[in-house]
Amino acid sequence: MPDAIKTLSSQLAQDPDSLVFLRLGELLRQKGQLDTAHRVALTGLERHPHLPDAHDLYARILADKHDYERAFDEWDMALRIAPDHVGALKGLAFLYFKVGDVQQAAAHLEAAQRVAPNDPGVAQALALARGEAGTVAEPEPIAPAAQPMEEARVFAGLEGAQEGLLLLDASGRVLGGALKDPAGRDVTDAVAAYLAGVSQEAARTVKLLGLGKWTGLAAEGKLGHVHLAPPSSDALLLVVRDRAVPMGRLAIIAQRAALAARRWLEAHA
Amino acid sequence: MTAPAAAYGKALDLITRVRGVRGAMLVSAEDGIVVAEQLMEGIKGPAVSALAASLGARLRRAMEAAGVGASVFWHLQAEQGALLVVPTPGGTLVVAVAEPDVNVGLVRLELLRAAEVVG
Repeated sequence: MPDAIKTLSSQLAQDPDSLVFLRLGELLRQKGQLDTAHRVALTGLERHPHLPDAHDLYARILADKHDYERAFDEWDMALRIAPDHVGALKGLAFLYFKVGDVQQAAAHLEAAQRVAPNDPGVAQALALARGEAGTVAEPEPIAPAAQPMEEARVFAGLEGAQEGLLLLDASGRVLGGALKDPAGRDVTDAVAAYLAGVSQEAARTVKLLGLGKWTGLAAEGKLGHVHLAPPSSDALLLVVRDRAVPMGRLAIIAQRAALAARRWLEAHA
Repeated sequence: MTAPAAAYGKALDLITRVRGVRGAMLVSAEDGIVVAEQLMEGIKGPAVSALAASLGARLRRAMEAAGVGASVFWHLQAEQGALLVVPTPGGTLVVAVAEPDVNVGLVRLELLRAAEVVG
């Protein structure tokens, strides 16, 4: 296998646009060289963003790294491009099974079986899912529950620290702050889960455009505004305010919060 | 997508005539495919469109979860430029790629006008 990796690496070096990265990435993944596999898959994905197999490969590597949120997004993307992609259907089934949603897992496996009726892996997994359908275990959370650290107080003294400021790590784990929706419900975990991977995606987008590093993402909503900023390369800051706060003012609030977050991250590095 | 193909060019013209805009695209929000584009040479339209659609989808889900509703305009800022996006009700993203010193307010207005044309 090392020879195969060497050969495929050489082929990829000679022709960076070739699809050989799919085999190389998978071989590296199987060997447990996940960081290298991650780099190969990501580079391939940048060159072939519409290739469902590239998203599937990347998702498998992310799943092996226990980055289930991003793996979900990548398999979801593969299915958007190719709705019958067996690998993505199996991958999503695996993730649903992992969080205890056996019905969804079975539905995805059934869809996979319709496309690939002779795949023994699908049949085996489907039998397992059907067998477990009546005894659903306590769902395992995809992301660790939000654990705002007491000493953290990342945004102490800043306006809206406990309802409209959130600091996340690259995998969407809450490092500080909290978020409530207009009805006063705590939506911290839900928003954090959706934002996992946004920082990397923003970075990839501006890199493709040759725009240097991304510095912020401002968005107007129908009921409020949000501002995202990267206080460090692997952290993400979110500021949410209602529509009465102008976007410019929101950017200033975000700058102050990002500074506080950066100091806190450095102090806790 | 409700507008005839000829209207796409008109919609993109509205955006690209703004000083500092390097290109504009209409992108399917669902799958990130380019519907129409007017881009300066060197901009990788299909790749950027796929990532913009994916980013837009994550942002939309996060904003809806936060209770601020769907996004009507978003602006990805970078050291040497920006990506500005208006989603349309019909499932299209109207996208502009701009220089760092572009008049964001003006581009936003033209993106919103273009979104009305595209539908």
